[in-house]
Amino acid sequence: MSTSPKILVFSTDKISDPGIDQAGLRKIHYAPSVYVISLPCSSGIKPRWILHALENGFDGVFIAADGHECSYSARCADHTNTIVETTQELMKEKNINPRRVRMAALCSVCAEPFMNHMENYGKILAGLEEAP
Amino acid sequence: MKQRIGVYICHCGGNISDYVDVEELGKMFHQEENVVVSKDVMFACADSNQKDMVSDIQANNLDAIVVCSCSPKLHLHTFKNVAIRAGLNPSNYVQVNIREQCSWPHSDRPREATVKAAGLIRAGINRVSYSESLENIELSVKKSALVIGAGVSGMKAAIDLARSGNEVFLIEKDYFVGGRVAQKEILFPTNQNGKEVVAALYNEMKKFPNITIFTGATVEKVSGSLGNFNVDIKVKPRYINPNADKKAVKRAMDECPVNVHDDFNLGLIERKAIYKNYPEALPDVPVVVAEALKDATDFTGKFASTLNLNEEAQTLSLIAGSVLVTTGYDHYQPKEGEFGYKTISNVVTLPELNRLMEMNSGKLVYNGKKINSVAFIYCVGSRQTKGDNKYCSRQCCTSTIHTSLQLKEKYKDIQTYHLYRDIRTYGKQELIYAESSKQGDLYFKYEEKEMPVVASPSLSKGKGKDKVLIKVKDYLTAKKEMEIEADLVVLVTGMVAREDATHISELFKIPIGRDKFFNEIHPKLKPVETVIKGVYIGGTCQGPKNVSESVQSSLAGASKITALLKSGTVSVDPIIARVNADACTWCGKCSDVCDYTAIKEVLFGNKHVAGVNKAVCTGCGICAPVCPENAIEIAQYTDNEIESMIDGFMMDFDIKEKGAGETEDVLTPPSGGGGQAMKEYPQVWREILAGMTDEKNTIPEIAANSRLASELVTFHLMTMNKYGVVVPAGMDEKETYYYYKQPPKSPKGGF
Repeated sequence: MSTSPKILVFSTDKISDPGIDQAGLRKIHYAPSVYVISLPCSSGIKPRWILHALENGFDGVFIAADGHECSYSARCADHTNTIVETTQELMKEKNINPRRVRMAALCSVCAEPFMNHMENYGKILAGLEEAP
Repeated sequence: MKQRIGVYICHCGGNISDYVDVEELGKMFHQEENVVVSKDVMFACADSNQKDMVSDIQANNLDAIVVCSCSPKLHLHTFKNVAIRAGLNPSNYVQVNIREQCSWPHSDRPREATVKAAGLIRAGINRVSYSESLENIELSVKKSALVIGAGVSGMKAAIDLARSGNEVFLIEKDYFVGGRVAQKEILFPTNQNGKEVVAALYNEMKKFPNITIFTGATVEKVSGSLGNFNVDIKVKPRYINPNADKKAVKRAMDECPVNVHDDFNLGLIERKAIYKNYPEALPDVPVVVAEALKDATDFTGKFASTLNLNEEAQTLSLIAGSVLVTTGYDHYQPKEGEFGYKTISNVVTLPELNRLMEMNSGKLVYNGKKINSVAFIYCVGSRQTKGDNKYCSRQCCTSTIHTSLQLKEKYKDIQTYHLYRDIRTYGKQELIYAESSKQGDLYFKYEEKEMPVVASPSLSKGKGKDKVLIKVKDYLTAKKEMEIEADLVVLVTGMVAREDATHISELFKIPIGRDKFFNEIHPKLKPVETVIKGVYIGGTCQGPKNVSESVQSSLAGASKITALLKSGTVSVDPIIARVNADACTWCGKCSDVCDYTAIKEVLFGNKHVAGVNKAVCTGCGICAPVCPENAIEIAQYTDNEIESMIDGFMMDFDIKEKGAGETEDVLTPPSGGGGQAMKEYPQVWREILAGMTDEKNTIPEIAANSRLASELVTFHLMTMNKYGVVVPAGMDEKETYYYYKQPPKSPKGGF
């Protein structure tokens, strides 16, 4: 069995999720320890969900953000960034390394970039120690 | 909590079950406490399975279902409809993607794919356990549409909407309809006159009494939402007495002593202060630039009964059920000095050349000089790596080459030079590129890192001292530095978002993209819909398009609106924000981040809390994370649902390894590697085998014999081949199709 770090990905219905689907469609392989929850918009992710994942066994949370392509808000990237910063503050209080949450923009055809993100983030998580 | 859940795990032929042990998972989840039905099925989406699901739901009184198959983007509505047919609320259904996000990306590690699939399914069961029975929100809608922008796209949409029985308000900011198309003398590919196209559409609109056209009108205020948008429009005065005699109006135009900037002709000439954009412009009523005539008292006195210089703007209120925005685009305006624009007199833009051509019938003259050679520089203001406009403007390559052909046709002996980065005459437009090359147009390819340089005529070394000199490093001739002398340099400028797009965006809350054009929800799946319910976009306000593409998109928007308004009520998705009034302390943070003003302070008993306008809320969820009291959430994305999914992913599963003896009596693909066993052939395989009437058969023969679609036969033959049920048997004589036959000894599990 794989010992790859467990990564929870928050994707979005209309932008990043189709990109992740496309990785599968094209048989682009990434670690099976990657799990995806799809939401309407990355600005709707609650910090408590990220903490819940990290406190219950996930090694890292990756936010596949809509960025400037978001169909809901031109301020989406800023909102999502605020969520990440707020969560990282909460993580520090709980002695969780803030690098266990990561955000990057992913578009609806970003199949290879998704695979690369998972590979790189997996490596980062594998080398992390709990030093906030 | 749901206690009687049905779980369906799909083989998808072998797309899932070749890598995920679907059978084992089906057995495993059958043992779960709240799972009443757990099945592995060959094709979950097949009609026969859908019927079985309906029977299961009714016979077992299921209160929720989970379908584990492909991406929800493909079959979410298929299974929601199954739920509805069985009498189950469709919100009590969850689709788990074990194909695109499990079996396919992990086809290299089937055992781990099975473990992951178990986690995904468990998460789906957890989520559906917390699902609520949500009802769609029913809104009454007024059967009227507001179309903003009376260019060709807007006029075509207005006609379509009116023909479908809707009341249509068409508003145009300019005093005359037609937009940019009226500025084009000859349109590609039909060679129709732009003004004639505009006139034909206007006359068609006049046949519909249910179309009201407002020109010189702008949107001032918008309130309300889907079904009942309350829109205030401001109609500017024309300063012409509506009762004035037409001959008197014509005399006033002719005798007007004051000239003003001619916007229609892009400032190349001036026009009278009483004007029409062009003689045939519609509506057939001129406009007075009153400000320009304030000192021409003799003239205004003479025509006092014709002019009405005291006329004031009117504000009108309209109610529209839905809105289509077709506001069009602006031309990119080169900066001063960009390729010599405004600093070298012989440099113009492509739209300016088009106007010059229309104004010069016999010979092309600019600045008093006959033009014998023209150099086009492409991609000016488009595809800027470092600038704002990173996009390709799509239509300019074709427009330029079409203009080049018109130059030759109209003025005979003009030589044209094309300095391009890439030629993008896509589709049938490629034909005019070939035509242009054949007629002797010369093409030079440059790169963005080495832009052409335009020098003033005084630096020209040739015999014509008044020619513009263009230096370009030509990538078609091994980057040789070429020098071209031309009478006129034409900057091929692309489309940019209109300056007033921001105003429209603010009024209707339509999101704007990085390119500053309006954003649709999804370029492929929802290409004319915006996230604002009831507001659609069409034409070039959403990005560069040619006329044909613009009309296609605006008609798509019109069709959407017709469907929306048809019944008088509209059913809206219930996945929106909702407030726990007990927990809410009204701090206003949720309202601050909402781009749609869907959240407002309301009184709940004696308490001030956040209230959600159900018709306006888009369900984006941006409000939820900012609430310090955790008092606001999105239906179907509650804490319980998301956190229970996370718990499901993390559960341990004891997946039984398949023993060798277990597959003895069943059909297994010979390649192994996680292939799924089957006890018997699926029905469609049997039909295909029955259609193989000869020793060997091609796909069209099998399709004809079995009366199945050849695509279906092709799809299944691939999987049947994997299982060794059929094998390839060479190609037919024309080498068009493969033959397939049954192997000498068919594997077990057949008839």
